[in-house]
Amino acid sequence: MNVATVTAGPRRGWRSLATWFGAAIVGIASICAVFAPWLVPYDPFAQDLGKRLLVPFWMEGHVPGHFLGTDQLGRDYLSRLIWGCRISMLIGITVTIVSGLIGITLGVLGGFVGGRVDDAVLFAITTRLSIPVVLVALAVVALLGSSMTLLVLILGLLLWDRFAVVARSTTMQVRHLDFVAAAWCAGCSRFRILVREVLPNIASHLVVVATLEVALAILLEAALSFLGLGVPPPLPSWGLMIAEAKDYMFFSPWVIVIPGVALFVLVLGINLLGDGLRDMFGTRSDP
Amino acid sequence: MLQFLLRRLTVAVLVAITVMTLAFVLTRLSGDLAISIAGPNATQADIEVVRKAYGLDRPLVTQFFDWVGRALTGDFGNSYFFKAPVSSLIAERMPVTLTLGLTGLVIALVVSLPLGIVAAVRENTALDRVVQLVALLGQAMPSFWLGLLLMITFGLQLGWLPISGTGSWQNYVMPGIVLAFSAIPALTRLTRAGMIQSMGSDYIRTARAKGLSRASILLKHALRNAAIPVVAIAAVQLGFMLGGSIVIEQVFALHGVGFLAWESIGKNDFPVVQAVVLVLAVIYVALTTLADLMNAVLDPRLRGP
Repeated sequence: MNVATVTAGPRRGWRSLATWFGAAIVGIASICAVFAPWLVPYDPFAQDLGKRLLVPFWMEGHVPGHFLGTDQLGRDYLSRLIWGCRISMLIGITVTIVSGLIGITLGVLGGFVGGRVDDAVLFAITTRLSIPVVLVALAVVALLGSSMTLLVLILGLLLWDRFAVVARSTTMQVRHLDFVAAAWCAGCSRFRILVREVLPNIASHLVVVATLEVALAILLEAALSFLGLGVPPPLPSWGLMIAEAKDYMFFSPWVIVIPGVALFVLVLGINLLGDGLRDMFGTRSDP
Repeated sequence: MLQFLLRRLTVAVLVAITVMTLAFVLTRLSGDLAISIAGPNATQADIEVVRKAYGLDRPLVTQFFDWVGRALTGDFGNSYFFKAPVSSLIAERMPVTLTLGLTGLVIALVVSLPLGIVAAVRENTALDRVVQLVALLGQAMPSFWLGLLLMITFGLQLGWLPISGTGSWQNYVMPGIVLAFSAIPALTRLTRAGMIQSMGSDYIRTARAKGLSRASILLKHALRNAAIPVVAIAAVQLGFMLGGSIVIEQVFALHGVGFLAWESIGKNDFPVVQAVVLVLAVIYVALTTLADLMNAVLDPRLRGP
């Protein structure tokens, strides 16, 4: 083995600064999400109309009690930001679970069984890709009302395509390997082969896809909430906070900058972590 | 080639039919349409009148085939709110959305193609890392937020560009940039990967050995092969941009198809919503079919067995 090839090239995986940055962001976000009820300095829903639109700490006129100021109804911004992190992470993870279940099942079935089943799965994926996602999600929420559960279901039903594509292609690669043939000869049922042989071997690819899907789900939920058809108010979804602040943005631009930066940093962190995982698992060639 | 064409078209038509069905089911999801149309103050008699007038008392299957039959001739019915034919509403607003989508695509290509080529040529250097970082930043950016920030900076504080409406070409600059942001990461990555792959291949080595200039090798030989997946993704991204324009059009108050859909959703104007979903999906299917055909022309190996 040539020593030069070991040290050459950019630092990847756990040796890369970017991956650690991403992991740190995701870690902080997870802590905020789980411990939000104890971390928030004020109640995120408590209005105080006497203290509206106080400025954050870097602007003059700052009031010591509210680190990031208050919004147009006097609610503490830092508390709403932390609570919004909880909502974003919750939605991101649950949507990924739902879409993962659908997509992985379809992909693995299509990839493993092949033939007509595979054609059907490919057709389903093509159809799903043709549907304008934001539009359909908006229409369904407008028709059926907005609640967290419904939102998660709708987004889960609309975002499974990447899972399906990756699950299908990796299953097709694994299907022809020797240990699968060995299990088949040993008399394992199809289901057992899928669960005990195929799934563990495609898991690393799926974890990478899952990470990126969490980021996508968070962005999509923010867009829907921004349009008023996502998480119902007064829940402080970051997208909703930006929408509420839109009316004031020309006078108090910091009100839309703060949740936007939070969204951007969280999604960036998740993407960096996903890329790092992709390098660690050695699956660079995946989409 | 003909067989490939036929196969692709069959799939496209089947997908369009499936989306038609889904769009129809979508608007019937909330239960009784007649109640939604008649409004909250309607009496039972009013609701019955509405039901008869809009043909909602017929069996669902009849309604579906009636709608499909008329949709195939371009008749999407009348809007409940605007009292005008849906097809004319869509036709009026389509130019705005198409201009927006094409602006976004052109900006995206102008940015991502050179970036991708440069990153591939200088693979693994600092420049390459910067380009990849830019792609990552673009992926993480919430589009509506970027739009608002651009509005504040360029529209209000600097006063360079108008912040809403569709008066002149300047109205499309900021929305186009925002749309381009969503497509640049994928296009850059793909161009870079494609160029790296084709530059490592034998025919490039032959070209170099023949003594061809750097530019000629890059552009005539490597790019043509790398262009294949880029063409496909560019078509897909255009489809996404047209479908996802609803957010941008709402932020910048551009009266395109997305804005129409947004208004109609708010007013429970179902014929419009149904028609817009269908039109956008058909455009997407057409774009991907076109992309596949272009690829088959560019690379004979893709024409199938």
